[in-house]
Amino acid sequence: MNKPIIELENISFSYPDSNIKILDKLNFKVFKNDKIGIIAPNGSGKTTLFYTIMGLCKPFSGNIKILGKLVKTEKDFSFVRSKIGLMFQDADDQLFSPTVLDDVAFGPLNLGYSNIDACDIAKKILYDLGLEEFENSITHRLSGGQKRLVAFASVLAMKPSILLLDEPTAGLDTNAKEKIEKILMNLDISYIVISHEFNFINKITNKTVSMENGKIFKDDEVHIHQHEHIHKLGKLPHKHV
Amino acid sequence: MFDEILAHKNSIIHELDPRTRIISSLILSFAAALSDKFLILGIYFLISLALIYMASIDFFYIIKRLKPVFLFLLMIWIILPLTFQDKMFLKIPFFSFSKFLTLSIPGLELCAKITLKSITIVLIFVSLVATMTFASIGNGLHKLFVSDKMVFLILMTYRYISVIEHEYKKLLRAAKFRGFKPRTNLHSYRTYAYIAGMLFVRASNRAKRVYQAMVCRGFNGKFYTLDTFDSSKLSLIFIFIIFAITFFLVLIEAWI
Repeated sequence: MNKPIIELENISFSYPDSNIKILDKLNFKVFKNDKIGIIAPNGSGKTTLFYTIMGLCKPFSGNIKILGKLVKTEKDFSFVRSKIGLMFQDADDQLFSPTVLDDVAFGPLNLGYSNIDACDIAKKILYDLGLEEFENSITHRLSGGQKRLVAFASVLAMKPSILLLDEPTAGLDTNAKEKIEKILMNLDISYIVISHEFNFINKITNKTVSMENGKIFKDDEVHIHQHEHIHKLGKLPHKHV
Repeated sequence: MFDEILAHKNSIIHELDPRTRIISSLILSFAAALSDKFLILGIYFLISLALIYMASIDFFYIIKRLKPVFLFLLMIWIILPLTFQDKMFLKIPFFSFSKFLTLSIPGLELCAKITLKSITIVLIFVSLVATMTFASIGNGLHKLFVSDKMVFLILMTYRYISVIEHEYKKLLRAAKFRGFKPRTNLHSYRTYAYIAGMLFVRASNRAKRVYQAMVCRGFNGKFYTLDTFDSSKLSLIFIFIIFAITFFLVLIEAWI
């Protein structure tokens, strides 16, 4: 049988100043080619789940296996971080280098690539995402959408085997959203996306899960359902296709 | 804040290597600061004006930029001539004719020197250093063997100071939208203290998240840069000229 690339077993975690178990004996498996969407209310532990996978939050019980390897120590997690790319909710947290090119090349340089190679990788990624014109732009002067795309490029530049995306489209306009959708649909690596947008999740994922009380709930089936909506000339008889 | 207005221009100065500019500005400003003869100081002042011209910086902009320097100098002009007890230059009647304020010659000379020196040094730095982006300054310092941590600290401070400024404006706006008007009362002071406190909390949280983002991208305490600029012929010639001029001026000063 296909082996999971991420396997979380009985993971429990709570923040130091709180009694609430944000992750409670959570079990979660991600397989190759999985494109998973997580839709869950705020504060349900989605971001904490990502941080736990990356080793930024240390669970007080349970095992984490990445690519079949048990990871526990900081050294183990530095391997994880070279294989899994995490895109943060706030792009400003991620873009700390002065210029866009510097920032995108930061990851490859840390992975031990030479200056020239790191520069080439960064340039290629920027070109692939249609951001080549921003190469020498100052990161903090970019617009919100551009920042998000550059942050995305900086994660992709690490050539990760798995992507974790924390609300990649929050606060973006339709154009920027469509761009991210397109990029994700053309990616051939596994990813997990946190989002509150049903349409977006629907388009780019092949599995959807939810979180409640520190646990993950699977929801593989698509449910047809009715809901109210509003638009111009809505009171005239009409059809939706 | 920190708009780097001067950095995005085209001039001979802008083509120079950041290292050349940092070293040249240091040499010139040290030499000007240590010089003691009016003639030599005048020459340094002319050099700084020439540099401003070469960097194609607007004259009015420079005057605006020099405002804080002028304020500082004004203070010196008020205090120094009156406090020197040496050769008298002028007696000014004060309140009645029986009391005088004495302006001393060495005091006035010192004022003039300080004025010349400070304006010269500011002009040198505006023309050579302020015409670079922070990124280039960081790269230049890195190439000049300033420690990685120091360069990193400078770049990160620059990068996030605008984010913190943005947060501050956001907080202040939120307060204003709820009818806050700064007055001289306890409520206003408390509100400002809350905003400052909140700013610290947010800055600290931000720092934590930035560090996490860096760790996620393989950061291990070592900072790499992509700087690939080579020292061009122009930079070499420029630094040679600066060296030569300074050397000659120091010699002349020792001689006269």
